[in-house]
Amino acid sequence: MSLLDAVVGLADDALVLGHRLSEWCGRAPFLEEDLAIANTALDLLGRARTLYGYAETLGGRNEDEYAFLRDAPEFRNLLIYELPGDDFAAACARQFLVDVFDDLYLTELAASRDETLAELGAKCAKESTWHRRHSGEWLNRLGDGTAESHERMQRALEGVWGYHLELFETGPGETRLVASGVLPDRGALERRWSAAVHEAIRSATLDVPSNGRRVAGGRAGEHTEHLGIMLAEMQQLPRACPGANW
Amino acid sequence: MAEAQDLEARFQARIDNEERIEPKDWMPDAYRKTLIRQISQHAHSEVIGMQPEGTWITRAPSLKRKTILLSKVQDEGGHGLYLYSAAETLGASREEMIAALHGERAKYSSIFNYPALTWADIGAIGWLVDSAAIINQIPLQRCSYGPYARAMVRICKEESFHQRQGYDIMVSLATGTPEQKAMAQDALNRWWWPSVQMFGPPDDASTHSARSMAWKIKRYSNDELRQKFIDQAVEQAKILGLEVPDPDLEWDEASGHYRTGAIDWDEFNRVVAGDGPCNRERLETHRRVHEDGAWVREAVAAYAEKQAARQAQQVAREANAGEAEQSRRVSRGREL
Ligand SMILES: [Fe+2]
Ligand SMILES: [Fe+2]
Repeated sequence: MSLLDAVVGLADDALVLGHRLSEWCGRAPFLEEDLAIANTALDLLGRARTLYGYAETLGGRNEDEYAFLRDAPEFRNLLIYELPGDDFAAACARQFLVDVFDDLYLTELAASRDETLAELGAKCAKESTWHRRHSGEWLNRLGDGTAESHERMQRALEGVWGYHLELFETGPGETRLVASGVLPDRGALERRWSAAVHEAIRSATLDVPSNGRRVAGGRAGEHTEHLGIMLAEMQQLPRACPGANW
Repeated sequence: MAEAQDLEARFQARIDNEERIEPKDWMPDAYRKTLIRQISQHAHSEVIGMQPEGTWITRAPSLKRKTILLSKVQDEGGHGLYLYSAAETLGASREEMIAALHGERAKYSSIFNYPALTWADIGAIGWLVDSAAIINQIPLQRCSYGPYARAMVRICKEESFHQRQGYDIMVSLATGTPEQKAMAQDALNRWWWPSVQMFGPPDDASTHSARSMAWKIKRYSNDELRQKFIDQAVEQAKILGLEVPDPDLEWDEASGHYRTGAIDWDEFNRVVAGDGPCNRERLETHRRVHEDGAWVREAVAAYAEKQAARQAQQVAREANAGEAEQSRRVSRGREL
């Protein structure tokens, strides 16, 4: 895998999750949360655009070609980002797991030997620290709120559990980039991630789901059905009017 | 009785003197009621207004447009929030205001009962609807009620970005492919008259105007504001190379204004009364979102209560520990 592929993979992660969060606009349980979700979505979309922009300078396509003119199998995002999350508990559960990961990953990325990635890592790590605090609050409120919210949150954690393991996988060819200090070692983050996440889940009076399940394939373009449906909506207009400028 | 008249006279004198009325100040009941009605309806309009544009966030045709639209719609939610807060200073709770909306006792701007059918509608809404909102809101920055006026100052700052992003979409479409240009014209055709009607009924049919003027809640009449909008928007349509859908539109040299053809107020009244294309859907969506979020709001309240109880317990424990330490010291002192 080349640096270009790695950058596109990271961009896809951010775009797909940013899009998922943007689906919440106008649908959050109260207005303040609507604005907070939009903030996170905007951070992620901004992150995606910076990364696609970098990909273009590495010889790739432009951001809109990446976003709107590829079919699902060409997307390289990890599966956890494309899960629907249209239930508030599911959205919160997924968000917390990926925020803790992003916080760790981006902090390391800030030390990348690649200047552009280092700069992006430093900027985005700050955002993710904020996101993590916010989704961590939701873990507590829902886990330790009412009996109903507790049950919903527990179910949501079970629903996303197993998709998180892909976060710690170093893809084929990525090894070289890790070895040369361009990309952080995902596998090395798992222990810290687990410690933080397990502790947070327990302190929210929830149970850490049992291990044993593992769903992966995103970096190889093997997706769930959800991504295609999401893209059908997202890409409809540019695909209907090829060559148009918006 | 004389005292009440005195209060009222002093209140009016302050208004005439351009002083701001603040939440703790005495105010006539009718002033309070009028403001609650107006501000809450304004807040509902911001929030319901998120719906037509919101449906296009996931379909925006470029990442730049998607980002801009999301932050625009987010702003509208923020406006709703400022305005609910302003209404709360008058003693209305957000829960009550939302209940009034759901119970159809409170209205929202009727413009949002029209559908956003194509991407060009996002351009037209930003260009026309936000333009109209700005023209309505600029004088409200000087409204006699302090919290409302200050909310309007913050809101107006953001509205000009909304208008620009809408007009910018229209420019891209109007200078784009023939299909894009047709899409832009179609959106203008559908949004023109509802935008003209956004300023409310003509002056001779407007029910609340005179008193609101005296209270300086309102400073210009509906027709004055409408004229301002028309003069501005017609010029902008020309620059875009689009045609305003009004065969009777003409420039009136003597007054220096554009004159439109007859405005279809029956259509306006029909939509206000509930028979616009999207009235039911807008309200239904708002109700459903509110109901879907009930369990979350309950969890937030329950968690906050638990946290407060834990904190109180902690404080009590620390106080007890402090007392025990104190008495231990005292008894140790005696032993010595
Ligand atoms: Fe607004
Ligand atoms: Fe606006």
